[in-house]
Amino acid sequence: MKLEKKDILGMQDLSVDEINLILETAESFLEISTREIKKVPTLRGKTIINLFFEASTRTRTSFEIAGKRLSADTINISSSTSSVVKGETLIDTARNLEAMNPDVIVIRHSAAGAPHLLSSLVKQSIINAGDGAHEHPTQALLDMMTIKEKKGRISGLKIAIAGDIAHSRVARSNIYGLTKMGAEIVVAGPATMLPRNIEQMGVKVFNNLDDAITGADVVMMLRIQLERQKQSVFPSLREYSQHYCLNRHNIKLAKNDVIVMHPGPINRGVEISPDIADDPSCSVILNQVNNGVAVRMALLYLLIGGHE
Amino acid sequence: MTKNKSTKIVMDKDGIDRCLTRIAYEILEKNKGIENLVLVGVRTGGVYLAERLQKKISCIEAGKIPLGILDITLYRDDISASNKKPRLGKTKIPFSLDNKKVVLIDDVLFTGRTIRAAMDALIDFGRPKMIQLAVLIDRGHRELPIRADFVGKNLPSSLWEAVSVNLVEKNGVDEVVIEEGT
Repeated sequence: MKLEKKDILGMQDLSVDEINLILETAESFLEISTREIKKVPTLRGKTIINLFFEASTRTRTSFEIAGKRLSADTINISSSTSSVVKGETLIDTARNLEAMNPDVIVIRHSAAGAPHLLSSLVKQSIINAGDGAHEHPTQALLDMMTIKEKKGRISGLKIAIAGDIAHSRVARSNIYGLTKMGAEIVVAGPATMLPRNIEQMGVKVFNNLDDAITGADVVMMLRIQLERQKQSVFPSLREYSQHYCLNRHNIKLAKNDVIVMHPGPINRGVEISPDIADDPSCSVILNQVNNGVAVRMALLYLLIGGHE
Repeated sequence: MTKNKSTKIVMDKDGIDRCLTRIAYEILEKNKGIENLVLVGVRTGGVYLAERLQKKISCIEAGKIPLGILDITLYRDDISASNKKPRLGKTKIPFSLDNKKVVLIDDVLFTGRTIRAAMDALIDFGRPKMIQLAVLIDRGHRELPIRADFVGKNLPSSLWEAVSVNLVEKNGVDEVVIEEGT
């Protein structure tokens, strides 16, 4: 079995079979992180470059750990300490990195399409670790793995995604992926945070959190991205949280066995109340992080091929 | 397209069963009982044989010996040389291997490369006191200095023949067949 792709650029261009292959492979990788010696020799001698033009703790660490547990050499480059500050363009940076012969380049960039540009320029595999407000496929895959782990399936589930949909690459990747896998998606947020024509992605839209989470199997809360908001789209954080914060009371509208997800980092008390985020009976936020390493190990394993 | 590949059954259901019974007794004899003994089956054929051996041993001696499942894909030496990736199976060894006598079980011993990979994997799980190897078929052609401690049947074969162990659990029938390659 082989992933017939050079790159992982987005959930939009992954097929159901490819998604299933990635998820099943990731489930087999979970066990390695529970060993005392958390390392297998599979990608010995391979090089992975993490090229991060935006801040990240989870994703970058997760990719680095995934590479290291597979015995690959991982190198982290963040824009603040690179030649980007001297004015080097993305294209020149990429060509220079290509000349050093890595096997995979993982890129996060604030511009949508940056990984696609890189993919057309270099021969190495590219993994999109988030491009602007476009896609974040590895997050969607780890979310799907977590849903499958907790619910046993994805198809037929009602999944509510709430918050700043317009700025969220996590929401976009999840909508592409989860609808493909047969889930029913509803989104909720203030009108200023819902992209126009979002219905065309096959989701139901609500302006009210309560309506969206009623009867939901999964509730996915998104982070309010203060750093991406040039103009303010709601009057105050306090007002936002009064209407859109998931808490003890409104969560009762969801199914009894609802699971609560969040891609992190959490703004406690803004989009999710601390007692829900920390409640082990419904919150799977740390499972998501754990599964993230396994999903990234699976992708590195499936992408790094040998010589033809 | 009707190329007739000649197929020969070299061992049937009863033959396999007798081999496993003998190996079960040999394992107990060599290890003087089941103390500190664990079985680890190599995916996929070895797992079913390990389950059968576990059952047989528990019929002979009181007590159940732990059984682990090992997928050696990540330890293969040809994984980056080919673009084809075998589908990764789950490894389940839910017990410590420290100071245990581990009997590694596989269906066919051929080049020895699978067993080399399996031993590397086992050692990542701890420090076994000893690793022994049980196989149903030894077909020769070793490429590494590896030999089995318990062998069901030595089956001299040529390199262009394929030896397969079919088991009820995965193929619906118990038999060992030799197929002539094209």
